[in-house]
Amino acid sequence: MDTVFGIPTAALVGQLMVGLINGSFYALMSLGLSIIFGLLHVVNFAHGAQYMLGAFVAWALLQYLGLGYWWALLIAPVVVGCFGLVFERLFLRRLYALDHVYALLLTFGVALLMEGGFRLQFGVSGQPYPNPLSGGLDVGVTFLPMYRVWVILAALAMCLATWFFIEKTRLGGYLRAANENAPLMRTFGINVPRMLMLTYGLGVGLAGFSGVMAAPIYQVSPLMGSNLIIVVFAVVVIGGMGSIMGSIVTGFALGAIEGLTKLIYPDGAGVVIFVVMILVLAVRPHGLFGRAH
Amino acid sequence: MTTSNESAAAGTIDAPRGGGGREMLHIADLRAWYGETVALQKIDLEVREGEVVCLLGRNGAGKTTTLRAIVGLMARRQGTIRLQGRPTEGLAPEAIARLGVAWCPEERGIFASLSTEENLLLPPVLHPGGLSVAEIYQLFPNLHTRRHSPGTRLSGGEQQMLAIARILRTGARLLLLDEPTEGLAPVIVQKIGQTIRLLRERGWTVLMVEQNFRFASRLADRFYVVEEGHVAGHFRQDELAARRHEVEALLGL
Amino acid sequence: MDFLSPRANLALLAALIACVCIAPFVVYPIFLMKLLCFALLAAAVNLLVGYVGLLSFGHAMFYGSAGYITAHAVKVWGFDAVTGILAGIGVAAAIGLVSGLLAIRRQGIYFSMITLAFAQLVSFIALRMPFTGGEDGIQEVPRPSVLGLFSLHDTLAMYYFVAVLVGLAFFLIYRVVHSPFGQVLQAIRDNEPRAQSLGYRVLRYKLLVFVLSAALAGLAGSLKVLVFQLASLTDVHWATSGEALLICIVGGMQTLVGPALGAIVIVTMENYLASFAEWVLIIQGFVFVIVVMLFRKGIAGQFYAWVRNRRERRAQQAPASLGVAK
Repeated sequence: MDTVFGIPTAALVGQLMVGLINGSFYALMSLGLSIIFGLLHVVNFAHGAQYMLGAFVAWALLQYLGLGYWWALLIAPVVVGCFGLVFERLFLRRLYALDHVYALLLTFGVALLMEGGFRLQFGVSGQPYPNPLSGGLDVGVTFLPMYRVWVILAALAMCLATWFFIEKTRLGGYLRAANENAPLMRTFGINVPRMLMLTYGLGVGLAGFSGVMAAPIYQVSPLMGSNLIIVVFAVVVIGGMGSIMGSIVTGFALGAIEGLTKLIYPDGAGVVIFVVMILVLAVRPHGLFGRAH
Repeated sequence: MTTSNESAAAGTIDAPRGGGGREMLHIADLRAWYGETVALQKIDLEVREGEVVCLLGRNGAGKTTTLRAIVGLMARRQGTIRLQGRPTEGLAPEAIARLGVAWCPEERGIFASLSTEENLLLPPVLHPGGLSVAEIYQLFPNLHTRRHSPGTRLSGGEQQMLAIARILRTGARLLLLDEPTEGLAPVIVQKIGQTIRLLRERGWTVLMVEQNFRFASRLADRFYVVEEGHVAGHFRQDELAARRHEVEALLGL
Repeated sequence: MDFLSPRANLALLAALIACVCIAPFVVYPIFLMKLLCFALLAAAVNLLVGYVGLLSFGHAMFYGSAGYITAHAVKVWGFDAVTGILAGIGVAAAIGLVSGLLAIRRQGIYFSMITLAFAQLVSFIALRMPFTGGEDGIQEVPRPSVLGLFSLHDTLAMYYFVAVLVGLAFFLIYRVVHSPFGQVLQAIRDNEPRAQSLGYRVLRYKLLVFVLSAALAGLAGSLKVLVFQLASLTDVHWATSGEALLICIVGGMQTLVGPALGAIVIVTMENYLASFAEWVLIIQGFVFVIVVMLFRKGIAGQFYAWVRNRRERRAQQAPASLGVAK
């Protein structure tokens, strides 16, 4: 089959792949945001910067320690996650008793700080990062780069693993319950403050993980976070904040939609997600999978 | 009225029925605030092991606030709270839980995203001596039948049972029950009364808040009347008849 | 402002007006006008976040779109200043209405994100639409006349024009906040379910103030393009929204003068940092963090709190024999 609905199949598959790649990042990032928001009720504006940090840690590991991609995939999320733990413990925690606005503004400030700091050091151009998986799959109609296939599969796996952790494990049960009624959980003897810290670390670690995966595809640049985070916010709004499965499904779906739009109406690709957001919100104010709070 | 006030204030209680054991809970001069608003002005009370003590009073008197202060959920409080002799000054709620107290809030707090059984198993076992899951299901067979339903799909009465049941597993010996019979059918109210009696027999100590005086009067060993953040009166089960007019005046019946 | 005596208030106001009149002879007028525009933008944001509790992250869309419209109207269609500004405000208010209708239905954090997403939409459209000039923006916007009466070509004339309009806008905000309408808004912020149960059409109130805020931000944007004779993509960028928020929080969020004080601090600071462009983000981020963690009330808020503390302490120290006030 050379064409599907008049579109060359090769191009279709190619764009779909690009869409799913983007979708992978949308899913991972909005998953992290959802987890953090679900328990801490904080919109982590620093999420994009933490993603960027993950990519830079990967770059630094290679540059200064000669540790390649596979090491980075293990180390960088942990490093970024630890930053998250410290930040929550020392700064974010003090704002919980106040209006949510302050926590949002704090993370926003941190995002500015981080982006500014990296821009100071590295300028706005990107650092290249080598592709760890060269070669590709020949699927007849087109040639799928190996690394990109890996990204989609790894993102999917990570999303499902996170979903499993939250929905099916005991600790995840604590998290879900604490989302609903944290004070009551504390009276059961469960150390909710520590859970908050670990949850933030987990969400941030996911951002760092995304950053490492992004490094070989997009250049490692101080701007990579802020470019991504705005779209991710729209994804989260569409999916419904706090819904785990919602974030995953919406992320991949919107990535695919974006990719396909590029084929049909290229100019609209940058804005289609926002258009979808308006349409979804008009019909379901709480997002597709969101619950009324 | 003066006598009971004094003795309540002094924290000494005449030997109650069904107890007379060691001090489980001792509150002296408790004050608490919600932000700038004074919620508790001066609460003094005491609960001994094996007793069922009831807090009575109008809405907004400070009964629930007292319970919240005991479990450590009042951000601003002053005064003494001792659990089994240990002061709870400056302790976080999770630390207070380890002193052997468990709380069943007015809203019941059943988690919607968990099944009945998950709800039941949620509070960790902190001390030995609690009921096992099998014993709980024996006590509350309904919960066993519905154990896979989402927690909030249970009826009001079943949710109340669940809320009480899950803190029986933890090993806490002092139970704080906030309005356990609120909004429930008489049949369920009876069942809850039976349950509390059973718990007392088995050595649990209960401090409960109740608006339903008829229910409480047949069940509790002692009563404190809370009014506008302080203890306005105290009487025992065996004094109810003799001081009936006083009691009714206090409660506005 | 409510607890200074009426005479002190009036004196302060007079002093303020005097300062504003003399200022352009002391400080570079273009800089002052930049201050005024940002103060107004921040005041528009503050109206929502400080008095209604709605944190908008998208005000740049009103600011920037009004700017583009006014720039185009004045340059290409030959509108005069007033009609050009009105056109800008109109478009900003329209965008406010559309985005508000959707955003207002959600609370807190969701509201913020929806405004942000809408702003991105507008930003994107601004980039693509031919009349905005894309990356170059609309340049060489002429200084039009005011209703054909006098020209704004002269910097001083432009300054007083801007000062008067911004002053009127601040006055409008003051009146709104202290009106029954404003009190309902505060009730909504403090306890929305209660306000609803008292019979207030909460959504309607919120939408109204949202559109008002959008219009005010639009006014700021329209004035800005006339002052600088340039409408550019930075005006619709979310960084501008962020800057407005920064000004609000530095100045003091629930105060009327806060936005003005914050603007003075932030715009002056950024002026000094102009040569260190790479440091701007860092400094902004740093200020955000410091203010949120330590000086939440902002300059004005901190001052009012200090005054209140002093009053209370003085009242406590007063001997009992002085008795109660008449």
